[in-house]
Amino acid sequence: MSFNIIVLAKQVPDTRNVGKDAMKEDGTINRAALPAIFNPEDLNALEQALRIKDANPGTTITLLTMGLPRAAEIVREAIYRGADAGIVLTDRPFGGADTLATSYSLAQAVKKFGNYDLILGGRQAIDGDTAQVGPQIAEKLGLPQVTYAEEILGVADGKITVKRRLEHGVETVKAPLPCVVTVNGSAADCRPRNAKRLMKYKNAASPSETAKLPEAIAARVAANPELQIAEWGAAYVDADPEQIGLPGSPTKVKAIENVVFTAKESRRLDNDDAQIEELVKELIANHTIG
Amino acid sequence: MANFYTDNPDLRHHLQHPLMKKIVTLKERDFTEADKYDYAPRDFEDAMDNYEKVLDIVGEICGTTIADNAEAVDHQGASCANGRAYYADATVQNLDVCRKAGLMGMAMPRRFGGLNFPITPYIMAADIVSRADTGFENLWGLQDCAETLYEFGSEEQRAKYIPRVCEGETMSMDLTEPDAGSDLQSVMLKATQKEDGTWVLNGVKRFITNGDSDIHLVLARSEEGTKDGRGLSMFIYDKRNGGVNVRRIENKMGIKGSPTCELVYKNAPAELCGSRRMGLIKYVMALMNGARLGIAAQSVGVSELAYREALQYARERRQFGKAIIEFPAVAEMLAVMKAKLDASRTLLYETARFVDMYKIYEDIARERQLTADERAEMKHYSRLADALTPLAKGLGSEYCNQNAYDCIQIHGGSGFMKDYACERIYRDARITSIYEGTTQLQVVAAIRHVTTGNYLNLIRSYAEQGFGGDLAPLAERLAALTEKYAAAVAEVTEANNSAYLDFMARRLVEMAGYLIMAYLLLLDAKTDESFKKSAVVYTNMVAAEITKHAEFISSFSPEELKAYNIN
Repeated sequence: MSFNIIVLAKQVPDTRNVGKDAMKEDGTINRAALPAIFNPEDLNALEQALRIKDANPGTTITLLTMGLPRAAEIVREAIYRGADAGIVLTDRPFGGADTLATSYSLAQAVKKFGNYDLILGGRQAIDGDTAQVGPQIAEKLGLPQVTYAEEILGVADGKITVKRRLEHGVETVKAPLPCVVTVNGSAADCRPRNAKRLMKYKNAASPSETAKLPEAIAARVAANPELQIAEWGAAYVDADPEQIGLPGSPTKVKAIENVVFTAKESRRLDNDDAQIEELVKELIANHTIG
Repeated sequence: MANFYTDNPDLRHHLQHPLMKKIVTLKERDFTEADKYDYAPRDFEDAMDNYEKVLDIVGEICGTTIADNAEAVDHQGASCANGRAYYADATVQNLDVCRKAGLMGMAMPRRFGGLNFPITPYIMAADIVSRADTGFENLWGLQDCAETLYEFGSEEQRAKYIPRVCEGETMSMDLTEPDAGSDLQSVMLKATQKEDGTWVLNGVKRFITNGDSDIHLVLARSEEGTKDGRGLSMFIYDKRNGGVNVRRIENKMGIKGSPTCELVYKNAPAELCGSRRMGLIKYVMALMNGARLGIAAQSVGVSELAYREALQYARERRQFGKAIIEFPAVAEMLAVMKAKLDASRTLLYETARFVDMYKIYEDIARERQLTADERAEMKHYSRLADALTPLAKGLGSEYCNQNAYDCIQIHGGSGFMKDYACERIYRDARITSIYEGTTQLQVVAAIRHVTTGNYLNLIRSYAEQGFGGDLAPLAERLAALTEKYAAAVAEVTEANNSAYLDFMARRLVEMAGYLIMAYLLLLDAKTDESFKKSAVVYTNMVAAEITKHAEFISSFSPEELKAYNIN
């Protein structure tokens, strides 16, 4: 049995290593100061897809990402790890999208893609932390959804078995295919980039990237479909201009506050049990811990 | 997310050496494989880009999974039960990650599933792996046994075993026995040829690193009644066939993730590899040379780790109102650690390039006859590799031990506790100057290059490259030190007294090694300013060491040898 799997992924600023210059004066993210990375939980989702592929030869994995043209970088990252192909959904009108417009745009791309058995994605992206896009896509496509997945236990007979990591335990559920599964960071880490695949696919490029490549390499990309990363625009996925980008985004940012933590008071405690116990009690009382 | 390749620009500097152009072009046979393999490079720049990108993978895996696992591996260690050795859980994870990244069989030809990397970038990967987990470098690095299998095995054996190594099966070299450690001529493990021509092995091997591996290269006595090295042959034992059990594993001081096994062979079926009687005198010598380069890389990786741990601690630890790195005594220790690290690393890659040059010619010679010029070049580099390998291993491992010692010293009282990585580094470092030939045996291998003048010629060839600007005074000092070395060599060799030469051997070999490393650092500083500090620090350090040795030799009378004979 083989499957067509779409993995949803996002290129995000690496908010885990935030330095002083991570925010601009106006409170927006200074993307130039933060390296762009593969959203960590999307990598967990990719690993689950790769495991299905390991167990079911012939399975194909296509990475779908919406973003700037440079998001092709994460498509290559996915291909080095074992994905088969990738699509970058990129177009000026997509810009400024909130989760509603994003899920609409991605759902349109999934419809255009057509024949799929499973859509996997990370639970949430580290730049927005909403966890809304996956479930919204499922709704828009009319598909069942399984969230907080930690491990896909099996795919067979048109059903997927998933272990979910919940707040106070685990739950194992079954869902019919096709469906949407969003994967937790507690799932297995993604496998590393593979040396041979990297050397083979390092020149894979989207059309806008190919235009900037040296002629000889561009010719190689043109001659080899395996090296071509698709770039889809709004018109190509039949997107309604009113439902994408800023016009399609009801979420409006009212204000952004730059919170700077500063130590207002400091206290010195001696290293004895009584004082430490006092402090713990105080922290519990003011709900800092517990 | 740490990346042990990209966070260390010194590695890239060594990878970009001018000789690489020739090495890569020869290794890739003018890039003729690109049409056959979709991952083969099309030109020199493409190949170098591949090496860098793959080293980036190595750096990422090492900076995350393997380094993060090092402490757990050290605590759990390997274990032994029911005749088998088991890795620590985190070691299993490390191996899995390396397999998935396709980092096994890196230097093997593509037709067997390898990456066809030259030795130099492969050794760079070993350097990086060792920084992450010294003991794991053994398990991963034993893939270079495949090199020996490739060089001396039949085409059938290559096709049978090398793809398995590239897929991630591990190897071991079963050489030492209870009564045959450094003295491998005494190996007793018995190889018996049956009537159908096949061989079986019987006996015991001891201190076998990764001894429960999938594919073993075994040194055994095939010629009944012989007692020396000429009765030994090399065999391949395939674990799938059974017949070898692990009786116990050693409880070691360090590299605890690497199981060191005692093996019992009971009618274990094995294949002869190469010709009978050539086991020790040819194949194991080749195997050991490769392994010694691997230990040299391992040593540099440990030195790097020790230096970084010490530096970080010295910057963070505050005493008397300031970071301890502000105190000259600590600062000097760190500068010297860095200089030793840089010195051993530049020697490591010089050696690796020389090994590459002659091995690639050797391989080309398997396809076609070499021209006279090529043969001459192969001999030239083979001699140089032979001369530098014991220096890289011997002096590099001593420096790594010194750096591990100083790493603890800089940590002060905390360094003596189990709370910091430095105590593990200290334990892990200790073996590097012992296995694959102790430092004392590296001196034995190196001394003839002192007496034949190979080292002196190499040193002079470095000096001839010319050094201007603020490197000129350093070069002048080294030129003067070279004369001290030459005079010391002349004094010892002219005495024509082998006991006297043996006694002075380590001093002479060290003098040569110091000069070679100092010149190499000067050459590094010529193209990259960042090596200048180490060039100064190292020149100061070795000037004192060389002068000390020269003084010892010139004031020593061979008569005094008796005073050292306490037996």
